[in-house]
Amino acid sequence: MLRIPCPHCGERDYTEFRYGGDASKPRPAHDERDVRAWHDHVFVFANPRGPHREYWQHVQGCRQWLILERDTATNTVGAARLARDGAGA
Amino acid sequence: MSRGPQRLAHGGRIDRDRPIRCDFEGRPLEGFAGDTLASAMLASGIAIVGRSFKYHRPRGLFAAGVEEPNALVTVGEGGRTTPNLPATTLELRAGLRARRQNGWPSVTIDLGAMNGWLAPLLSAGFYYKTFMGPRRGSWMTYEPFIRRAAGLGRAVHERDPDRYHARHAFTDVLVIGAGPAGLAAALAAAAAGAEVLLVEQDPALGGALLAAPVTGPLEHWRAQLEAAVRATPTIEVLTRTTAIGVYDGRTVALLERHDHAAPDPERGAARETVVTLRARAIVHATGAFERPLLFADNDRPGVMLASAARTYLNRYAVAPGRRALVATCTDAGWLTALDLAAAGTAVTIVEQRDEVAPPLADAARGAGIEMHTGATVARALGARAVAGALVEPLAGGRGRRIDCDLLCVSGGWSPALHLTSHTGRKPRYHPELDAFLPGDWAAGDFGAGALVGAYSPPAAYASGLAAGRAAAAFSGHARAGRTPPAPADVDEPTTFATALAPPRHGRGRTFVDLQNDVTLKDVALAHAEGYGAVEHLKRYTTLGMGTDQGKTSNVNAIAMLASLDRRGIGETGTTTFRPPYTPVSVGALAARNLGRHFRPIRRSPLERWHLANGATMIEAGPWLRPWFYAWAGADVGSAYLEEMRLVRGGVGICDVSSLGKIDVQGPDAAEFLNRVYVNGFAKLAVGRARYGVMLNDDASVLDDGTTARFSERRYFMTTTTAQAGEVMSWLEFLLQTAWPELRVHVVSVTDAWAGMSVAGPRAREALERALPGVDVSNEALPHMGVREVALDGIPLRVLRLSFSGELAYELYVPANHGIALWEHLLDRGAPLGIKPYGLEALASLRIEKGHVAGLELDHRNTLDDLGLGKLAAHDKSYVGRALRARPALQAEDRWSLVGLECLDAGARLRGGSILFAAGDAIAGHGRGYVTSVTFSTVLGRTIALGLYQGGLRHRGEEIVCAFPLKDETVRARIVSPVFVDPEGTRLHV
Repeated sequence: MLRIPCPHCGERDYTEFRYGGDASKPRPAHDERDVRAWHDHVFVFANPRGPHREYWQHVQGCRQWLILERDTATNTVGAARLARDGAGA
Repeated sequence: MSRGPQRLAHGGRIDRDRPIRCDFEGRPLEGFAGDTLASAMLASGIAIVGRSFKYHRPRGLFAAGVEEPNALVTVGEGGRTTPNLPATTLELRAGLRARRQNGWPSVTIDLGAMNGWLAPLLSAGFYYKTFMGPRRGSWMTYEPFIRRAAGLGRAVHERDPDRYHARHAFTDVLVIGAGPAGLAAALAAAAAGAEVLLVEQDPALGGALLAAPVTGPLEHWRAQLEAAVRATPTIEVLTRTTAIGVYDGRTVALLERHDHAAPDPERGAARETVVTLRARAIVHATGAFERPLLFADNDRPGVMLASAARTYLNRYAVAPGRRALVATCTDAGWLTALDLAAAGTAVTIVEQRDEVAPPLADAARGAGIEMHTGATVARALGARAVAGALVEPLAGGRGRRIDCDLLCVSGGWSPALHLTSHTGRKPRYHPELDAFLPGDWAAGDFGAGALVGAYSPPAAYASGLAAGRAAAAFSGHARAGRTPPAPADVDEPTTFATALAPPRHGRGRTFVDLQNDVTLKDVALAHAEGYGAVEHLKRYTTLGMGTDQGKTSNVNAIAMLASLDRRGIGETGTTTFRPPYTPVSVGALAARNLGRHFRPIRRSPLERWHLANGATMIEAGPWLRPWFYAWAGADVGSAYLEEMRLVRGGVGICDVSSLGKIDVQGPDAAEFLNRVYVNGFAKLAVGRARYGVMLNDDASVLDDGTTARFSERRYFMTTTTAQAGEVMSWLEFLLQTAWPELRVHVVSVTDAWAGMSVAGPRAREALERALPGVDVSNEALPHMGVREVALDGIPLRVLRLSFSGELAYELYVPANHGIALWEHLLDRGAPLGIKPYGLEALASLRIEKGHVAGLELDHRNTLDDLGLGKLAAHDKSYVGRALRARPALQAEDRWSLVGLECLDAGARLRGGSILFAAGDAIAGHGRGYVTSVTFSTVLGRTIALGLYQGGLRHRGEEIVCAFPLKDETVRARIVSPVFVDPEGTRLHV
């Protein structure tokens, strides 16, 4: 079971969280109308092996969205910080 | 009292003051506290413990622990029946009822033994060949016979009356295994200041030390270690507890067994408990399994692992034979031989090595043991049990027969590296030890004892101390502390290094996997047929796939495969080890998640009233909601129609507390809502509500609902019941990751407010009677108008919204006042005939009105698919706008929302029916499907909503609704999805 270090609540089981996808690429601006930009954001992923940044929300805790470092090869968890403190990319 | 002909007069770890009698196949079986079922069987002279899986060959006890492949028994009666338990792991207790398996009419006289003659049919790859090969059809011929003949115990269908629990736990250092290494690790970690959890699958502490003579120095030392552990308050000891799986983040699943305490489910006691443990560090001290030597007919009852024979002798005071032959290539075999000789057994040693350490040879000579070095057993002799062995010199030459009734085998040691492999780390072969050891270690995982090749007790102890200290340091505890010394006067040999000779290929079958009846010939055949990779071999032959998971067969099979390939054992590699380490009952995994505890239930604050007033409840997602009420009818089929008539003709009241409710506040709340809804919200006036639709980024519809504005900066959003959690999380995601500059807070208030809808042409009258101080006139509270008032000091929100298409109001009060308001509305509205209506009527009324709901909002449909395209604003950006423009989403033949009117007014139409154009063949996925069906009391016929290719372009066409599972077809016409009051005049009265 992954244990996620929530900056607010401390280290918790991943079952308290929901996964929110890739946090390593920027979301297009809200008023971006280019279909290609949104297509790439929503559908195209790098799927890296190794260190990766992901969104996780502590739904059963502080409700905060985090950006978590996770190694996809070893499934080891690194640091977590609040998503609101900086854009994902 | 002897308790069995094979029981020794003295010794053992059994309590001779506590005799126990259990039920074995309907007859009493006697033993002592401290016995296992296996040791009691052996003491009683029960030689045949089961019949083999395929060939029904008689089998005897082979091991003394969890690795036992043969002695599988079925325990318990009725719903408590548990098949395939190794008798070697069952503590003898009064009330235990056990029986042998896989023999007919009995295990001792088994007619299925004729399977041996059909052996060619049952060779490697049998299943593959009959399923996949040119003889594919032959499976039909053999299947009934094979199913009856092959197999283990049978499961039962009755409900298990026992209770199983689950709990969570934390520790600094988890130590798995309480042999000398584990005991040392626990003491060292505790001495360093760590909290320690020591788990041991056995009832007793000591591991391999428990097989040593109870009068010897090893036992003295073991007792000292146990006392030290028990005296340390920071060490929690869990015996009868198996670490069954290791997962990411050093989470470990433990299985605690409580059968010894005769748990009473009526008093809430559990038979087994699954513990989810999070450890900061883990010391793996799981020990090693002895490997058998392979020779022809090595499965005869009486062939036994040398370490098992020693365990039965020293731990249980049972003589496993009268005349023993010990076939070995390890010093461990000599220890067994010496102990057997000391107990008065006639012993012969057949040693593959040309010489052994002089102290061992001297001791054996002194004990009168006959010794043959440079030799091995080529074949076991005897039919139903071992009567002797054919012993051949390894250098060549004639073999000779040596009589025996016990043939102990010792072919080296295989570390129990299952748990260290669970997180995906591959074992590595160490040729100097003839063994696979754990490969690289994850941070926080440490190994000790036989698992890492430290076989002798002093070496295991030293490695345990080091691992315990390292684990404590990793968990943040590095205090200097004292631990007991290693034993000074231990006479165990210091090495178990082996020199494994290849198996002899004589006449008869040589079994690699005893439990699944896989022979050396099967391995060779699989290899010849191209299944030479170790993972292929496993699946092709089923080797290692039994309940014992190949604990005694794995390495021998790999060695055989390596020799066939003429390459190293390390290159051949192992199969993958997966949890559980030993079998786990399904009951333990389910724990208390049964019946109504299967998942959490969400309850309305009004539920108490519903239950007391004739409601039949129904699950709606996690919610329990009133389905229909007894006033309207005895069954849903008639009741919901009556309830619909009530709402269309008078006034009804419905519990809508399950709707998602979100409080949205902040200076930028208007801008925020304007971004998430496709329609404009920037100009929503205070005191007004608006229906809105949200999209996902990919332009599929996420949810719909109504948001009311109560003040400049304060909004009240409602969502569908189904998507409430999803919407809440999505709003938080947008605010926290995409638009952190917006000054908005969102809070879920779903549980804080009770909600009820008062609907029907007389709804206003009902409110006027119930809320005399509140102006609910059409002028003061028009359609989509909202008011916040107080009723007896209790805040009350009145929103004039309609789901049914009738004049309707949603009322919200703090949840604990819900029943009071509900009863007040019913009381004051009684002269109007107000009554409650349930979910079935609610859902049917919305179908008549053409409102989409969960069945249509499945995250695959676009705004245009659902006929909501004109809602979207053109003068602003909203989530999902860009990808709405994708060409494929503009296609005219997309499946989109239609209404369906059955041509036969009373037709029974099923949800999920597949839609076909008239003239289409009724086959395949059709042109769409029915999402929601009801009988319309207004139209007097069955109507439905559905998705159809091209949608309302086909309005007026007659189509066919097919339900192939029931072989039903219903004819229907495509119409507007708004069946009732399409102009909406009823909403504005």
